[in-house]
Amino acid sequence: MSWQKKILRVNLTEGTCTAEPLNMQWAADYLGQRGLGSKYLVEEVDPQVDPLSPDNKLIFATGPLTGTPASTGARYSVITKGALTGAIACSNSGGYFGAELKFAGWDMIIFEGKAPKPVYLYIHDDNAELIAADEIWGKSVWDADKILHAKHQDPQLKISAIGRSGEEGVMFACIVNDLHRAAGRSGVGTVMGSKNLKAVAVRGTKGVSVKDPVRFMQTVAEKKQILAGNPVTGQGLPTYGTQVLMNVVNEVGALPTNNAKAVQFDGASNISGEAMHEPRGSENKANLVTNQACFGCTIACGRIARVDKEHYTVKNRPEYWGASGGLEYENAWSLGADCGVDDLDALTFANFIANEQGFDPITFGATLAAAMELYEMGVITDEDTGGVKLNFGSAEALTTMAEQVGKGEGFGKILGLGSKRLCEKYGHPDLSMSVKGQEFPAYDPRGIQGMGLTYATSNRGACHLRSYTVASEILGIPEKTDPLVTEGKAGLVKAFQDATAAVDSSGLCVFTTFAWTLEDFYPQIDAACDGEWTLERLAQTGERIWNMERQFNLAAGFTAKDDTLPKRLLTEPAASGPAKGKVSGLGKMLPEYYELRGWTPEGVPTPDTLQNLGLS
Amino acid sequence: MKINFKLYASLGQYLPANAQNHQISLDVNEGATPIQLLRQQGVPEAEVHLVLVNGVFIPPSQRENPLIEGDELAVWPAVAGG
Repeated sequence: MSWQKKILRVNLTEGTCTAEPLNMQWAADYLGQRGLGSKYLVEEVDPQVDPLSPDNKLIFATGPLTGTPASTGARYSVITKGALTGAIACSNSGGYFGAELKFAGWDMIIFEGKAPKPVYLYIHDDNAELIAADEIWGKSVWDADKILHAKHQDPQLKISAIGRSGEEGVMFACIVNDLHRAAGRSGVGTVMGSKNLKAVAVRGTKGVSVKDPVRFMQTVAEKKQILAGNPVTGQGLPTYGTQVLMNVVNEVGALPTNNAKAVQFDGASNISGEAMHEPRGSENKANLVTNQACFGCTIACGRIARVDKEHYTVKNRPEYWGASGGLEYENAWSLGADCGVDDLDALTFANFIANEQGFDPITFGATLAAAMELYEMGVITDEDTGGVKLNFGSAEALTTMAEQVGKGEGFGKILGLGSKRLCEKYGHPDLSMSVKGQEFPAYDPRGIQGMGLTYATSNRGACHLRSYTVASEILGIPEKTDPLVTEGKAGLVKAFQDATAAVDSSGLCVFTTFAWTLEDFYPQIDAACDGEWTLERLAQTGERIWNMERQFNLAAGFTAKDDTLPKRLLTEPAASGPAKGKVSGLGKMLPEYYELRGWTPEGVPTPDTLQNLGLS
Repeated sequence: MKINFKLYASLGQYLPANAQNHQISLDVNEGATPIQLLRQQGVPEAEVHLVLVNGVFIPPSQRENPLIEGDELAVWPAVAGG
């Protein structure tokens, strides 16, 4: 129960769609979504495969609680070998698509091979077919969404698609569903584009069954009360969204600015969550129009925003005057502080373009920031950029390059490589603020030490969502720790990593963990799913998933040498704020982390560790 | 002495009308504490969660310690993001 116990295997080369029973032993060991999708990938894909070859696979995976009445039961993940990183990739999205896939009766879709011509997958309950994508290939996500809704004459159709970025081989293309929710990171959209797969359109009319409906509904109601009563999930996130962090992180001196040359940004207040509420511009209206919830969510942190009609980006372009997906904190940081830009409307516009054309704004902003540094050094020239002045602080550079990356045109083709490849191309690899090829997000490890270890050891390349120690180090959730010390951080990171891996496999959203712990998850899973789910079993499932991902990366060729940080964070001290004079103390944390994990000093899980986790 | 006083998120409503960019420079008595300034501005203590002085977290037990000239006092309700 709760799993639909059925997966859809789509062979794009052959053009076939086949139903298969879900491997229930694997479901018992890996739960769903991130864990279960990764298990299928590990079993079916050679870790050394070229991510863009037909031999790589692309897996859309729901969790057992996706589509149930549990709060935030909207989530699905896309699992593959990442185009940007060459590491195992798992990008998580909300919206309504995941629940609809579950309603159609599927836990998972596995795409394999490569279609000879562009196609999209259409699913209506048990029926699945590949259809020629002639009318949507070459279109944006937004246009493809409109065309497919009109073609199938079904307003309830839920669509997940790539934009032109994914078609053009931008290495950090994402997969966008419901117009502005995205499986954003690691180039999962690039893999989708390489398979000539434009979109998945799904309509489901079935329900989701749970093991013990009465206990499940009682438990779910109790847990929703906790979310409603918690000041963060009940008030803070719905009102200000994640963007409330902009001023917090700037104040503590951990806001990477100008490609992490600085840790505080003078313009932070202008691009903050508070600023999104303030009337401005030609109509004296706020940037923020409303908040928005994903399927089943009782938090509703999503931002729906608008660009001022007289702003240079949209003047005489009415197609961008409407309300659409607004700035989340990570995006406001990458497009804003990291590029030195404090024009809220320009950031919002660039974010619209990222949704419209389907690219990851974190990697885009961080790549542009690296290019800006190279431009100011004279390494990148006007000839390279087609005359666009790539100076830090230039809103025009930001929005022009967002449009070029979106279409894979001009200097956007070079930016579309991501910062690692771009900086290598120009002879300055140290200026890429990335780990395992993926750019780190909005927390500087010199000011939040735990995040240095988080980035260095994240299995999908630098990422904040694999172990969000910011919650403890800055926000005091579940308890306050000192962000400037390294002591105790190895254990903190491991605990966050394992718990998050379990949450990411459930179908629920990690933002619930500002109010919930695994103590709140396991009763919901136990009431819904076959078998007995205890706290211990759920925690061990998370640790098993983490080690399985690690094993894939080791087999792909990554070593302990890749568990590091950009040189800047290790050698150039923070210039201001509480962390002034500090660099990341990664070297102090990493050996302890390996030991706590039961790994060798070379970062390899020992046979005992693997056996204890059932991974031998 | 002068203190730069910052209130964010829902606490912004307690800033004086002439505050800009969520902050205001206040002239306060020597020895003033974070708790005193918050009370002076009418900020309900129950809504105070994150208190930073010069970017450094001040736990509840130390919020009656005196500030010094030029300190930056920044305060939030319970917030989070990601």
